[in-house]
Amino acid sequence: MTSNKLEAARIRELEAIHGQSDTRDVLARATSQAQAAYDDYFVVDIDAHVSEDHFWGEVIELIDNDYLRDLGMTQLKGFGGNNALLNIAPGLSHQSVGGRIGHQGRREPVEGVEGHPFVIAAQRGMDAMGLDYQIVFPSAMLLLGMHPQDEVEVALAGAFNRWMVERILPMDRRLKGLLYLPYNTPEACEALVEKYAGADDIIGFTVCSTRNNAIHSDVYMRLYAMIEETGKPLAFHSGYHWGDPSFAQLNRFLSMHALSFTHYNQIHVTNWLINAMPERFPKLKMLWVESGLAWIPFLMQRLDHEVLMRPSEAPGMKRLPSEYMQEMWYTSQPLERTNMELLEATMKVMKAETQLLYSSDWPHWDWDPPSTITSLPFLSDQAKRNILGLNAARLFNLDTTPLKPKADQVLAGRPGRS
Amino acid sequence: MSADSRDIAIGAYDELKERERIVLDIDGVSIGVYFIAGEIRAWHNVCPHLGGPVCQGKIVPRTLQGVDEATRKSRGLQLSQDEKMLVCPWHGFEFDILNGRHAIDDRHRLKAVPVRVEAGQVVVTL
Repeated sequence: MTSNKLEAARIRELEAIHGQSDTRDVLARATSQAQAAYDDYFVVDIDAHVSEDHFWGEVIELIDNDYLRDLGMTQLKGFGGNNALLNIAPGLSHQSVGGRIGHQGRREPVEGVEGHPFVIAAQRGMDAMGLDYQIVFPSAMLLLGMHPQDEVEVALAGAFNRWMVERILPMDRRLKGLLYLPYNTPEACEALVEKYAGADDIIGFTVCSTRNNAIHSDVYMRLYAMIEETGKPLAFHSGYHWGDPSFAQLNRFLSMHALSFTHYNQIHVTNWLINAMPERFPKLKMLWVESGLAWIPFLMQRLDHEVLMRPSEAPGMKRLPSEYMQEMWYTSQPLERTNMELLEATMKVMKAETQLLYSSDWPHWDWDPPSTITSLPFLSDQAKRNILGLNAARLFNLDTTPLKPKADQVLAGRPGRS
Repeated sequence: MSADSRDIAIGAYDELKERERIVLDIDGVSIGVYFIAGEIRAWHNVCPHLGGPVCQGKIVPRTLQGVDEATRKSRGLQLSQDEKMLVCPWHGFEFDILNGRHAIDDRHRLKAVPVRVEAGQVVVTL
C-alpha cells in the first residue's frame, strides 16, 4: 500500500472496562448518546437495582426480630457472607456470563469520595445516562418469594424498607423507591403499607413476581384496597427461579432467564384478569416490570381467544382481556429489538405511547440505555418523551422540573477517561 | 480510502505487538488495535448493537459446542484453543477479533479500520 504522509494526531489510550471501572467511564457512550439525542428530555428510570448484598450488614442490623438478626449477623461473618439469610444460589448465578459482562455485581470505586457507596454509584449512573429520577429495586431479594421461611421474608422486607427509607433515599431527591411487600404474609404487607404509605420517597409498592401465590386470593383483598386508597401504583417485578420444576428442564442460564422473566408476570396478569380484579379494584394502578414487551401481544391474543369461547369461567370481566391490558402499565427493559416490525406492532397494540415506561435495569447484565427508545425509527418525538419520562410522571405524580446535569457537564467531569 | 482520510502512526510494531490490544482515542475517534496470532486488526470502538465501547471489553476464547461426530452426543461446552473473541462490556455481544463478525449472527459486524506496518510503525487510516 502506498503511504499517505503520516500525520500528527492527538492520541490517548483508553482503559479496559471491567467490574471495578467507574460508572461514568462504563457509561460514557450513553452520556454521548444523551448529548446527541435526549439531553432536553425528562427521563425517569423505573427499574434500577441496588446491589444490596454489598451493604448487607447495614440491612441485617435493622432486622427487628432478635433471633433472626443474630442469625443473620452470624451467617454474615461466616459461610453465608453477603448472602446471609437469602435463598439465592451463588453457584447458579451466571448473570455476568463468566465475567464477560463486568457491571453485573460491580463494585464502584469510591475511595476518597464522601457519601454512601450506593448513592455515589447511583448518582454517577443517573448523571451518565441522563436521568432525572431513578427508582431502585433490590437484587438478591428478588427471589425471596420462593424462600421456604415466610418469617425471613417478613424480617428482611422490614429491614430493607427501613434501610431505604431512612438511610438511602433521603440522600438524593432523584432516588425514589417502591416499598417491598413480603407477599407470602399478607398481614405483614398491610402493616408495611400502613407504616410507609405516606413516605415521600416511597412512590409505590412492589411485589417480586417470582413466587407461586395466586394473586387473586382473597387473603390479599384488604391489601389491594389499602394500596388503591393511597393512589400509588402496585408493581410486580419479575425474576427467575431455576429451581422451578418447569425451568429445571433448561440447561442454560439464557434459556431459563428468557422464559422465566416472562412466565411469572404472565401467570399473575392472567389471574388478575380472569378473576376480574380490574373491575373489583378499578382505581388500582398495576405496573408490570422487567418482562420486556414481546409477551404482551401473545397474552392479549391468547386470553382474548379463550375468554370468548369460555365466558362462563370469567364472568366478572366486562371487556376483553386485551382491553384491560391496554390500561395497565409496563416497563420497557429488556426491550426486544431484533424485529422492528414486530416491536412496532407490539407498541401499537399495548398503547405504548401512554402505558410504557422506560427502565434501565442498570447495573444488571441485560440493561437498556435510554437510546433503546430514542433510536426507535417508528416513534414520534412525543411518544419518545412520554415513554422516557412523561408517562412515569403521570403514573407516579412526579414533578417534571429537570433535575439532571447536562451531558456536556457530565463528560467534562471525566476529561480524557473514556 | 477516501480523499480526506489520513494515515496516523500509533507506535512501534515491536512494542505494541506484545500487548495484544491497545484502545486509543485519536482526535476524538476511538479504535481498538489487536495483535493476535501474528495478525493485526483494527476496529472502530463502537458496538453495532447499542453503541457500547466494544473494544474496551474482555478478550476471551470462542466457546464451542462439542459434539461427537459418530454419536452426535454432546461433549459439552468447550473453549477454543486458537480463536479469540472480543466481548462488548455493555451487553456481551461477542465478535471474532480477526474478522469482526458476531459469534452467531454475522450480520452484526465490527467496522474495520485499515491498519498496516510501515517502517516498523503501526499505521492506521482514519
